[in-house]
Amino acid sequence: MRGARSAKWVASAIVVALAATACGGGDDDGGDGGSDGAAGNPDGIVRIDGGEPQNPLIPMNTNEALGGLVIDNLFSKLLDFDDEGQIFMVAAESVEPNEDNSVWTVTLKEGWTFHDGTPVTAESYVNAWNWAANVTNNQNGSFWFQDIVGYEDVHPEEGEPTADAMSGLQAVDETTFTIELTDPVPYYDYKLGYSTFTPLPESFYEDPEAFGESPVGNGPYSFVEWNHGESIELTRYEEYAGEDAAQNGGIHIQAYDGLEAAYTDLQSGNLDIIRQVGPRDLPLYQQDLGEDRTVAQPYNGTQTITPAWYNWEDTPPEVLQGVSMAIDRETITQTVLNGSRTPADSFVPPGVYGYEAGASGDITTFDPERARQLVEENGGIPGDRITIQYNADGGHREWVEAVCNSIIETLDVECVGDSKVDFDTDLEAREANEVESMYRGGWLADYPLNVNFLKELYASYAHSNYGRFDNAEVDELFAEGDRAATLDEAVALYQEAEQLLWQEMPSIPLWYQNVNAGWGPNVENVRFDTAGVPVLNEVTVNE
Amino acid sequence: MGRYVVRRLLQMIPVFIGSTFIIFMMMYALPGDPVRALWGERAPDEAQMAAIKADLGLDDPILLQYWNYLVGLVQGDFGTQIQSRREVIDVISDALPATLRLTALAFLITAVVGIGLGLLAGLRAGKKTDRGILFLSLLLISVPVFVIGYLYQTYPGVKWGWITPTVRDSENWGELLLPALALASLSLAYVMRLTRSTIVENRRADYMRTARAKGLPQRRVVGNHLLRNSLIPVVTFLGVDLGNLMAGAIVTEGIFNINGIGRTVYEALNAREGATVVGVVSFIIIVYLVIALLVDLLYAVLDPRIRYA
Repeated sequence: MRGARSAKWVASAIVVALAATACGGGDDDGGDGGSDGAAGNPDGIVRIDGGEPQNPLIPMNTNEALGGLVIDNLFSKLLDFDDEGQIFMVAAESVEPNEDNSVWTVTLKEGWTFHDGTPVTAESYVNAWNWAANVTNNQNGSFWFQDIVGYEDVHPEEGEPTADAMSGLQAVDETTFTIELTDPVPYYDYKLGYSTFTPLPESFYEDPEAFGESPVGNGPYSFVEWNHGESIELTRYEEYAGEDAAQNGGIHIQAYDGLEAAYTDLQSGNLDIIRQVGPRDLPLYQQDLGEDRTVAQPYNGTQTITPAWYNWEDTPPEVLQGVSMAIDRETITQTVLNGSRTPADSFVPPGVYGYEAGASGDITTFDPERARQLVEENGGIPGDRITIQYNADGGHREWVEAVCNSIIETLDVECVGDSKVDFDTDLEAREANEVESMYRGGWLADYPLNVNFLKELYASYAHSNYGRFDNAEVDELFAEGDRAATLDEAVALYQEAEQLLWQEMPSIPLWYQNVNAGWGPNVENVRFDTAGVPVLNEVTVNE
Repeated sequence: MGRYVVRRLLQMIPVFIGSTFIIFMMMYALPGDPVRALWGERAPDEAQMAAIKADLGLDDPILLQYWNYLVGLVQGDFGTQIQSRREVIDVISDALPATLRLTALAFLITAVVGIGLGLLAGLRAGKKTDRGILFLSLLLISVPVFVIGYLYQTYPGVKWGWITPTVRDSENWGELLLPALALASLSLAYVMRLTRSTIVENRRADYMRTARAKGLPQRRVVGNHLLRNSLIPVVTFLGVDLGNLMAGAIVTEGIFNINGIGRTVYEALNAREGATVVGVVSFIIIVYLVIALLVDLLYAVLDPRIRYA
């Protein structure tokens, strides 16, 4: 107790010191204020909020944020993305396609080891992917390997697998392997940036269950312990060969079940970083923590309201353009949402390669006159009534009501929220084609390329196209993009498809998700990437 | 007495089977599929979904699933969680100690402070002390527990820095004190009111006059005659309340970030983890049943006129 109290005194002294420098220089960049690097404690532990990972800690089985926070720091991916959605290499030396993009050759950097000391080789990747793709191993990320030749042999639609390896994956030598795809994909390297495409050490196969409790990765941090429901400890991996080595001693992930409790702990100095400020504290957190210790920036997630086409098929898309113009995004994001969203001007968020500012033209600009005109001239809204289906457990009620009020005020039609008790129930209604009018849609990038925000949602055959939008011309443009010779051509064709989507209005983009995060006086150099995830290896600790 | 206890214990078996059956069926009837939820917004891989369901026995008919669950339960197997693949018994035993400690502390506060202040108010009925205690109890009854929780957290925790605002170490009784106070506040007020009114009523009873006339010292008059006779309704309330404190700690656990049973059940319910919900709820049912039995037995201790055959 005494120790804790004295630490707090020191902490407040630092706040005073920082405030003083800020007054003198007017420098708004706290990170370079002179207290990083040599002055800090290179072995300090970064304490961040988190929660109980949903699944065992295996990269191929982790697809949610709480497990992702752990996996992202334990494992290094082959490649990663910068703030414009451009690729840079991490564990790979190079990832190169052949002429028609059907065979990709991955060359690994030399000298990498797992946390148990064994070397990372091409086999470590090939074996891990074969294991994860196998339907009998029950990994929920298994579908990621479906582009690879031989996937049906290990993952048949029905029955037992007929092979234990995909023939499309071949280790050439220690550091090289090739991936043969069933159909050419000009942007396959983007998919390889997902954390499913990581290697596993030999020791994994002896006991995958024990590995899930105590994983061994190839990343900048190694695993220490997992107190279920309370905390997870990671420590810096000293032998790490990559360029993104940890600048601190380790990470302590404290489990919280409410954003409020985490914020309270941050305020009282028991926590260094919180990844998201809860609605209760959004109006004041920038004042509480100081501008330079908070961030509010969009990440690669969109929110839309999507019409169920089985109930809107006789309505011309111009009506939906009108509805889009009837929503005052600027005001709603500032007031009701307290700056936790950024108004959308494209189907694609800004941190994604292929995003064009203002792609929507004026369709996402609030324009009551034009909105009324478009709706009235094109036969009006079916039944003069819109409902927006959403899940009541996700904190969506406030903005759904605000959007409805905006629509009611402008178009003078009925508009109500249709709340489903939770996300499961909401999804069930969408899958069963029981959406009355529109539903709340959300999409987070799997990889930062416009393809991911367009094909996965609006292709007629896409599984997540719950609005059942079906347009042959759009499908054809997507297919053309997938046949393109180079990445840039593919992106351009998809951009063309996006322009067509603005004419057809498969859904109404509302805004991009923001990360509203904050950190305390004990850490510096805190940065969030465009996936909304903190870059923890760069954080330095003062004390 | 012995036969009475055995009969009560045997009665627990059908109650237990019936209640687990109802909860199991209710979980099954909830919309949403826990295996499908593994993929979130993304469309699930059908082959993988079928393989996982087969692996966990979730593709069996519901009655067979219940039967398998019951057979496992008798052998001490509470089943496996769908998402985390952990044994349900591990999940429960991770969360249970914190809840038990919190409940015990809150119960202690409720009983000691509640009966103490109630007795004081009853003995000084109509005086300033009584009115002061009435005011306190009305305040505690009218303010919701989360307001009290946030107040405790904000002032001693964040603003004055006396204690950590959330519970870091659930084995530290000092850290648990504030959440226990918040949790106990409502019951505390009820126990105060209840004790006060029975004390006021019994104070004028004939046996009190007799005790005084016999020349017994005041301590014995109040302790043995007055308090013991007044405690029966209070003990009944405390018995029921012990279960309520345990099952109802979810708000307090949320505010103070305690990894307890309330949070576990809430999360399991959201994730449609049937085995976990049924496991925890069955445990709470057993606690209720045992406490009800203990309360009934305590009546006989407090009032010798009550006998069980």
